[in-house]
Amino acid sequence: MIFLDNLVNGISLGSIYAIIALGYTMVYGIAKMLNFAHGDVIMMGAYIAFCALQYWNLPPFLALVVAMLACTVMGVVIEGLAYRPLRQAASLAVLITAIGMSYLLQNLALMIWGANPKSFPSSMISIPTISLFGGQLKIAGATLVTILANIVIMVALTLFTSKTKTGKAMRCVSEDRGAASLMGINVNRTISITFAIGSALAAVAGILLCSSYPTLQPTTGSMPGIKAFTAAVFGGIGSIPGAMLGGLLLGVIEIFGKAYISTELGDAIVFAVLIIVLLVKPAGLLGKTVREKV
Amino acid sequence: MSEGKRTQPLLSVNDIHVYYGAIHAIKGVSFEVYQDEIVTLIGANGAGKSTTLNTITGLLRPKQGSITLKGENVTTLPSHKMISRGIALCPEGRRIFQQMTVRENLEMGGYTRQAGEIAASIEEMFTRFPRLKEREKQIAGTLSGGEQQMLAMARALMSKPNLLMLDEPSMGLAPILVEQIFSIIQELHGAGVTILLVEQNAQMALSVADRAYVLETGHITMEGKADELLHNDDVRRAYLGS
Ligand SMILES: Nc1ncnc2c1ncn2[C@@H]1O[C@H](COP(=O)(O)OP(=O)(O)OP(=O)(O)O)[C@@H](O)[C@H]1O
Ligand SMILES: [Mg+2]
Repeated sequence: MIFLDNLVNGISLGSIYAIIALGYTMVYGIAKMLNFAHGDVIMMGAYIAFCALQYWNLPPFLALVVAMLACTVMGVVIEGLAYRPLRQAASLAVLITAIGMSYLLQNLALMIWGANPKSFPSSMISIPTISLFGGQLKIAGATLVTILANIVIMVALTLFTSKTKTGKAMRCVSEDRGAASLMGINVNRTISITFAIGSALAAVAGILLCSSYPTLQPTTGSMPGIKAFTAAVFGGIGSIPGAMLGGLLLGVIEIFGKAYISTELGDAIVFAVLIIVLLVKPAGLLGKTVREKV
Repeated sequence: MSEGKRTQPLLSVNDIHVYYGAIHAIKGVSFEVYQDEIVTLIGANGAGKSTTLNTITGLLRPKQGSITLKGENVTTLPSHKMISRGIALCPEGRRIFQQMTVRENLEMGGYTRQAGEIAASIEEMFTRFPRLKEREKQIAGTLSGGEQQMLAMARALMSKPNLLMLDEPSMGLAPILVEQIFSIIQELHGAGVTILLVEQNAQMALSVADRAYVLETGHITMEGKADELLHNDDVRRAYLGS
């Protein structure tokens, strides 16, 4: 049953990567930029939930809502202040700004909460561990919630982009900004909404991450952020199902690599697989190669 | 349209200058379009025709000069607000949403309209362009070039524009489709849509238009009634190959 244990843990970790990767991929697909500060928004979300639970004594559901709202505002403000003025600038300038924003958030967290790691309260997800197969397979409450949250988010986002007017506007902006604005779509507003959604998801990811791995410090978001970005590229950046698939695969590969090959090399294995996939399929697993007709 | 000239123009472009970085693409272009006219802008490759249309819709900004719609200055209006002023552009290269279905493309064309009106307008488009009806659920990127052009026109019409601007609607189409596109343009005109047409196919454009402007490297070098330009020797030599 070790195998099943590992599989469940891999899917759980992969679900967290997937939710983070969704934020990367949506922003990349619509704003055409890599928001390297995304991982740090996750960390901020986790700290805010931590404060809500620990200092303000809010119930878990309200802590989630507060963290999501705060991250939404943070995402929209970051986009409006730092990225929007660079809309016509070279993509390298935007990338550097995003990296700067990432350090700004980490240092902000350092200033507010200090360098000492906080232990994320387990009261956030107080669902008991369930045992299957007569106790041979144990699934932690946090694991279960993570996997379910991932499924709900995936379904909701797919419906949102395929059925709602705003979701369709996002797809238009993603394909052709100029043509979208000719239709009457406000491109800036659409990009803001994308950041809002991505950042709200970042808060969820931060809470789920720290519920499974409770050490919270200013750099908590960095590694998961980079891995989720990898997952997004792995699945095909810009593609929502790709982020999901990439995230899940990455989580499973990481856990299995650590369990069966080498604990130290776990991360290296993840990136090695990424390189192999990109050599074979440069657009990622579900990435689209756009054809154009003359 | 001598009687038209006494009224206020629907669209007036006043001495605009447009740059791409250091490239001075439009060097003081002025022209007017009156309600119910078909006006055509002809000129060789790189003359600045697309730049002019993109500047009118706000996708590009003139460094100098102004654009007015029924007397209202719209020079700095964001491009997404033009459509609710009754202006639609069917852009060069069609620029349909390739990954969306035909129906979704049409829905996006009606983005600024009430949800309840869209289905009926889509039906109207299907009546006008029956090929689109057959391909309603197809991903637009898989349509043929001619079908994509039909879709681009239908999408622009979904906003029920008062002024429809078409940027080389006949480009790359077989002669029979070109005929069809031009007869649709005349039908639309008959239905009360004012049209600003940019074309390489000067022969066709001049034969449907009321008035025409000739654009050369960012300047207007000639203007007049379309049938007069059609018989003008300079125009014939430069644009009609005779
Ligand atoms: N994005 C751009 N960057 C730099 N220069 C540009 C850009 N777009 C157009 N130009 C230049 O501006 C001038 C006018 O271009 P424009 O596309 O308006 O011509 P056009 O009359 O539409 O030509 P065509 O008939 O080939 O479509 C050309 O010299 C072109 O090279
Ligand atoms: Mg052109």
